Amino acid sequence: MVDAIGRFTGVVLTDWGTIKGRGRVQSRMTVRDVAASAYRQALPALSASVVGGLFAGAVLGGMQSDLETVTGLLVFMPAYIATRGNVYGSLGARLATGLHQGLLEPRVDLESARLRGAVAAALANGVLISAFAAAATYVLLVALGSDPTNLWAFLAIATLAGLLSGIALAVTVVTVVVVGFRRGLDPDTFVGPLVTTTGDFVGLAFLYLSVRVVELVVGGL
Amino acid sequence: MQQNWTVRTITRATLPLLLVLTVFELVGSGLVLGSVAETFLNAPSLLVLVPVTIGTAGSLGSVLAARLSTAVHLGTVSFAPDDEALVGNGVATVALAATVFPGVGLGAWVTAALTTGRTTLSPLRVVLVATVAGLVLAVLAVAVTLVATYVAYVRGLDPDDVVIPVVTNTCDVLGVLVLVAVADVLAT
Repeated sequence: MVDAIGRFTGVVLTDWGTIKGRGRVQSRMTVRDVAASAYRQALPALSASVVGGLFAGAVLGGMQSDLETVTGLLVFMPAYIATRGNVYGSLGARLATGLHQGLLEPRVDLESARLRGAVAAALANGVLISAFAAAATYVLLVALGSDPTNLWAFLAIATLAGLLSGIALAVTVVTVVVVGFRRGLDPDTFVGPLVTTTGDFVGLAFLYLSVRVVELVVGGL
Repeated sequence: MQQNWTVRTITRATLPLLLVLTVFELVGSGLVLGSVAETFLNAPSLLVLVPVTIGTAGSLGSVLAARLSTAVHLGTVSFAPDDEALVGNGVATVALAATVFPGVGLGAWVTAALTTGRTTLSPLRVVLVATVAGLVLAVLAVAVTLVATYVAYVRGLDPDDVVIPVVTNTCDVLGVLVLVAVADVLAT
């Protein structure tokens, strides 16, 4: 505990200036210091996020013809990639806070009930929400008078893509957050960009794959 | 604040919000994007810009939200207009947007040229669209993050469960809306 708190306090001092309510008087950082520190810490991760986003964009550009044939895919896409960010971003933030508070040991420990619970919840919610988004897209488009692709094919695409991208993202998030924390980085500064970067690319890549697989199984959409 | 991490407690805490956010995304981004599908499918640079812009806007918001959430957990933030942590992080967010979005635009044009082999817009125009959209989004991201973190703090909700999803989704939706609006003015 002492160790964890000691290391933690060090990180916070650099970031935020003052620790309040600990009975120690610290000199406050100026706005300029805080801004410069936040900028420096976030820029590398954000730049990586841009590069990852461009890969996601390349996949989306490559899906142009699928977006034309699978009616509703473009409408579904933002909600689907947002789900990746939501569920696995929340997983990352939870792990980061758990590490900061000493609830989690900074290692990938599958015996840990907390870690297993957090990962299982993320996977279950991720698949559920992805399928829900597909069903809701279908209902919305029918209600608006357009003619979306077959509901079952759409659900199959969403569920498969949700599951495969979920597994890939859970592994990535747990590994990177734990390794980053052990190297003395504050996961808060990189977990968001990490998830959006890998989430959008991984999400779209598995969406593309799932469209292909379902197309193959049902013989054309 | 919740310390018990099981599928049941986490799902109970997050699923209702996730369902609401999904509908919000579908209506806010999905249908808007669907309504301009023609424009975006015909300009590959704009199609490439969609995930990059919403991803980068979401990242800007989520870094800010994660930092403020941890600060709330630790009790190191006061929601005063002169709080160094709040103002400094807000300034950093706008500066980050000004740094990365011109690169986002150029990158999107190059990616579109490489992957689809055809571009309908000039690189300069795509850079302009990305930069204007990025700066507008940064200011909106700061506003949304501050409001969401403050509301979670006042209501005693765990910011990790609430703020990140709300901020990222609002930034996603705003990303599509701002990109569609800016592209409408500057790229058609």
